[in-house]
This record gives sequence, C-alpha cells and structure tokens, in this order.
Amino acid sequence: MTTSAPTNPDRLPPALRTEALEQLLVERGLVDPAVMDKFIKTYEQDVGPLNGAKVVARAWTDPEFKQRLLDEGTAAIKELGFGGPQGEHIVVVENTSNTHNVVVCTLCSCYPWPVLGLPPSWYKDPAYRSRMVREPRVVLAEMGLELADDVEVKVWDSSSEVRYFVLPERPADTEDSSEDELAAMVTRDAMVGAGKVGS
Amino acid sequence: MTLSLDIEGPAAPPRSNGELVFEEPWQSRAFGLAVTLHDAGALSWDDFREHLVTRIDDWERTHPPAECWSYYRCWLQALESVVADRGMVGATEVADRAATLADRPAGHDHTH
Repeated sequence: MTTSAPTNPDRLPPALRTEALEQLLVERGLVDPAVMDKFIKTYEQDVGPLNGAKVVARAWTDPEFKQRLLDEGTAAIKELGFGGPQGEHIVVVENTSNTHNVVVCTLCSCYPWPVLGLPPSWYKDPAYRSRMVREPRVVLAEMGLELADDVEVKVWDSSSEVRYFVLPERPADTEDSSEDELAAMVTRDAMVGAGKVGS
Repeated sequence: MTLSLDIEGPAAPPRSNGELVFEEPWQSRAFGLAVTLHDAGALSWDDFREHLVTRIDDWERTHPPAECWSYYRCWLQALESVVADRGMVGATEVADRAATLADRPAGHDHTH
C-alpha cells in the first residue's frame, strides 16, 4: 500500500489556512457564519467612497456643516448616517489653494472605513507607506498629481487613535452644480489626498 | 533603497472609485473573521492592529527578495496569532486542519 506524503503545514496556501481557521472558529461557536457573510457583503457592496463623496459635497454646499466637520469629524459624518468600525475618531483636514494634505498609515493600513470603505491596494503597499512620508511630492507626481512649489504638502499618519480624511478643494466653475452632481465628481483618491477633484 | 510605486500592476493607484475590494475569496473570509470576532467582543481592534503592525514589519525586514507583498497574508498571520494568544484556536490546530483540507481528494467540493 502506498500513501502520499503528508502536506507540510508551513507550505500551506493562505486560502487553506483561512478555511481551516474559519471552520475551527465556527465549530467553537466563536464566529456566526451568517453574521460574517453579512459583514463581508456590506464592505464589498455598500460601504465605499460614495459615502465620503456625499460628506464632501455637503461640506462644499453648507458652510455650517463644513465647520462642524472640521471641528468634530466623526460627529458631523454621523449626521449623514455614516458610522461604525474604524470611524470612531475621524479628523478632517482641508485642502486649499496653498495647502495639500495627504494621508498615509506608515505602520499598517488605518483608514476611515465608514466614509471610504476598505483601503485600496496601493494604500497598503510598502512603497506608498514608506515613501509618502519621505518624498510626498515625488510620490504624488508618480500618481499623477503635480503640485506647484509654493503649495505646502502636509502628510498625516493615520493610526489606531486618529483616522484622517481629506476635504478636497472644490473645483472652479461648479457654483451651479447641485449637491448630488458635486458628490459624483469626488473621487476616493481625492479624499486620501492622492489626487484632486476635477483634475 | 527606494521602492518603486506600482503604477500599472495589481497595486496600481486607480484613477476612479472603482476597485475590487478583495483580490481572492480567502481574503474576504480572513477580513470577515476579524471583523466578526471584533463585533462579538472576542478581540480588541487595538490588539489586532498591534499584531498586524508586527507582521507587516517582520515581512518588510525579512522577506525573501522574490516574495511578492501580500497585505492579506499579513492580516491572516495577525489574526492567527491573536486567536492563539486569546486561547481561541491554537496555531498547530490551524495547521493540522489546513493539512487535512489539503489532503482532500480532488473534486471534493463538486457535487454530482
């Protein structure tokens, strides 16, 4: 009788380790599969940058809301119905014609989920995380955003304590646009500071 | 050393809002496990984040030159170490179960 060699546990692909971990946690009653499926679906389909875009459009059209947003990000964002995990301490920084804010998480991937969803792959990439702090102008240029020399660049390092969210500059010639039209213009990259709206 | 920013490849910065959140199904499962355990009060997010930071730092310092970066591999390792620390599931239990799953006959997940 012949048997195949047992699989070396250290060489197991992450898909199998994940399946094993899920089975064990479910068997022990520590994870409810229905609850888990609901969370996954929510973050795959419902929670995304469109939430943040609505916040930005409101701030562009309602000065009092904008002030509350800059004073107390999490509370103002909650007025629009957005909240939840990773949104407990959101600090909003405003881009202007002479200041450009950009957000990074140097240690891992802290990110304001309720307004932006889960972070894109480039935000989690080692190159972005290490280089944005050292040479933000160079990295921003590589991402397609050239900033004039007289624009001050501020890099904000999100952490477990504070998640930063960028309020982009409202593009010129949008005085007649409605709040919904403005929201449609706002990109995820602009709310991280890796881009501008309308550029 | 300057790491190059991946402009065209899988880590490329997208120019719009559209992007797949997870590249492979297991990544969504690993994500869902952590969020569900946190929601149930079984793990603290700060605790999980500390493990994640450690795993990412380990990878950045020690990874083989040819090994591609995988954020969710670090995430999974962090999750495994948190649940082991908390006495929920031991590391060898996960490896043993995964080895059992690996030895399933081909086509096990097909119904005919």
